[in-house]
Amino acid sequence: MIYGLGILKGLGVTLKHFIYSYIEDVRYLFEGGRYQPQHLPARQGPRARGVFTVQYPKEKLPLPENFRYIPFLVYDTQENKIKCTSCGICAKVCPPQCIWIVRGTDPQTGRPKPEPEAFYIDATICMSCGFCAEFCPFDAIKMDHDYELASYERYESLLFDLPRLLKPDTYHAQIHPSDWARELAEKEAEKAKKGEKAAARSA
Amino acid sequence: MTAPTKTKAAPLAELKGDLAVLKEKFGDAVQPAEYEGVVIANDVLLEAARFIRDELGYRYLSSVTAVDYIQEGYFEVVYHAYRLEGGGPLVFKARTPRDVATVPSLVSVWPGADFQEREAWDLMGIRFAGHPNLKRILLWEGFYGHPLRKDWKEPYYEEEHKPFSSRWPSGHHIRAEDRVFWHDNVQYPLDWDPDQAEDTSDELLYIGMGQFARAETGELVEPRSLRTERLVVNMGPQHPSTHGVFRMVVTLDGETIVRLEPVMGYLHRNHEKIGERNMYLQNMPYTDRLDYICSMSNNLGYAIAVEKLLGIRPPERAEYLRVIMAEFTRIVNHLWAIGFLLNDLGAFFTPALYAIEERELILDLFEEASGSRMMCNYMRFGGVAHDVSDDWIARAKELVYNRLPRAIEELDRYLTHNELIKARCQGVGVLPPDLAVAYSTAGPVLRASGIPYDVRRAEPYSIYDRFDFDVAVRYNGDVYDRYLIRIDEMWQSLRILRQALDQIPKGEIQAGKKQYMIRVPAGQAYGRVENPKGELGFYIVSDGSPNPYRYHIRAPSFINLTALNEMCKGHKVADVVVILGSIDIVLGEVDR
Repeated sequence: MIYGLGILKGLGVTLKHFIYSYIEDVRYLFEGGRYQPQHLPARQGPRARGVFTVQYPKEKLPLPENFRYIPFLVYDTQENKIKCTSCGICAKVCPPQCIWIVRGTDPQTGRPKPEPEAFYIDATICMSCGFCAEFCPFDAIKMDHDYELASYERYESLLFDLPRLLKPDTYHAQIHPSDWARELAEKEAEKAKKGEKAAARSA
Repeated sequence: MTAPTKTKAAPLAELKGDLAVLKEKFGDAVQPAEYEGVVIANDVLLEAARFIRDELGYRYLSSVTAVDYIQEGYFEVVYHAYRLEGGGPLVFKARTPRDVATVPSLVSVWPGADFQEREAWDLMGIRFAGHPNLKRILLWEGFYGHPLRKDWKEPYYEEEHKPFSSRWPSGHHIRAEDRVFWHDNVQYPLDWDPDQAEDTSDELLYIGMGQFARAETGELVEPRSLRTERLVVNMGPQHPSTHGVFRMVVTLDGETIVRLEPVMGYLHRNHEKIGERNMYLQNMPYTDRLDYICSMSNNLGYAIAVEKLLGIRPPERAEYLRVIMAEFTRIVNHLWAIGFLLNDLGAFFTPALYAIEERELILDLFEEASGSRMMCNYMRFGGVAHDVSDDWIARAKELVYNRLPRAIEELDRYLTHNELIKARCQGVGVLPPDLAVAYSTAGPVLRASGIPYDVRRAEPYSIYDRFDFDVAVRYNGDVYDRYLIRIDEMWQSLRILRQALDQIPKGEIQAGKKQYMIRVPAGQAYGRVENPKGELGFYIVSDGSPNPYRYHIRAPSFINLTALNEMCKGHKVADVVVILGSIDIVLGEVDR
């Protein structure tokens, strides 16, 4: 065995990687270059060769539906109300305890009403685990896809209050299509059930 | 403070098997314990430990930990010993009143107890009589108190258990920084000031290494008898090769290492105390942050430990998903480990980046399934969080059948026969098999030393008993074998993945209803899994409340470091970095 053959073989691998990065360039030459959005899936897919990097922030990786970042509250645009009922389950299940909720009270009766008076999420503590969205029985809190949260100041701008947290359900439907479809189907089923019951009662 | 209620079951009525042999041998000094194992009287503990190791054949001491039973007024030190041939543990315990807090040290029987006993002293305040080097390990000398004691409160202390009542229904936000460190929620004596407190860690360390002695004037001087050419070199905590904030204090004779002492705890956050404040489910995302390269396997270990107490098993599909995730994690980890081992050797970042390409593809799969690339938080008690689509399975198959074998083969061709790597790795950092066992090393470190011990085979968990795979083993115990064994293990993981991806059935992914506040029956359980870095164990004591009473982690990379001194002795200082790289540590797990 010649001494140094192992090193040469290894260098062959490096050379291969080097050449592949140019082959890829040639491949995309007549398709607008490598950094066109339509090439991103192939360049990041299981058959990708050559340069593997993404030119962030010019290019961004597509996010799967399950992707979770700091939560937001869903605003029901059909019925014009906040979906949250301030039941407090998200505040209880939150591992770092970064959710603060002031339960709403009816000014006339003084009894609790199903709407939050204030809702805070401290984004500096939130670990984006997704438990709040997972265990919310009303589909009122969902995990966001917006991960660019850098700010110039680390206190007030990272303490999210109700206006900051509320996002319309159309946004939710857009980033979580299959979850939204499930919600709609459940709503339909419930309506049908109610209709059946009403029909049974009237009959 | 309201004392936690502790409902203890009656001790086991009858001892079986090896426990009965132990009872017969030592008579009244051995008493049955609650739930599992025996309590051995302190005066025969050493003798009994030798008997357990030599006569009963439990040569491998997996875990040493302590529990504070504040209601009953004693500490309990819990030992889990295993046979290398496989099978369940022999659990034995030692007790000591809280005001005495002294137990004989087992370091003379199992050197692997060294760091674990130091950890118990540090965090629980139990003295181990006869321990050769009983110093704090994660905290600094001079720290006030022992944080895992049930009556110790941390800064920013709010309540004994989560969920904290201030969050709902009258939640108003208080920034953590506003709850000042010096406020009355901190349990230090009034006259104690951390700015004045003296950190004697370094002094004790250097005296322990024979480098300095204390003169009568109180100053540190070089001992007259040791006026040699020895030199102490500090590597770290800020050193690029230490994979994080980890420090090695090395005594050198010329360029040769005489002694090495690892210093850790720079990333310590008392994960276990946090875990005892949390509800069971809330610990799941925290386990992600232990060994942050392998969050899926950490999830699995914790889920298995709690499921042991709950007495449930996840549905078939969830079991398969768990195995698939755990084996993908192993490949990710080993690629990473090999890449960075080469970094440590001086092949700066080219091999590491080649290895990380495949990792990215696997993380894409994790992200799609769990929602996060690294902090997966994927497993639940009795199931997994999300199902995967058929498209996901297809892409996973594409990776497992096509891409990954080629990548591993390429890595093999790239590195294995490289003469420089051979010259730097062969015969370096040798850990003989008997020492590997004695030091309680686990995972690739143990198996590269010729001990084919793999929890997946020795005590199968989940559905590993169904798959056809070999336990990789290498015999030289040097850095080169610890590199080769990772390649071997990746091939075996691919074998398991192929079977799992082909066989995975359709169906449910969660047993029963998913709950956020589970009630775990009172009991004790030690759940362990073969993590990529070694045996990861969770020791959980439940008192029937929604929060674990004790939550301990047997961290493989922490315990593997016990053998670092042994591996480095006699080698050149330049080899330390490589030897450390071959153990493959993650500081999130070492420091916890």
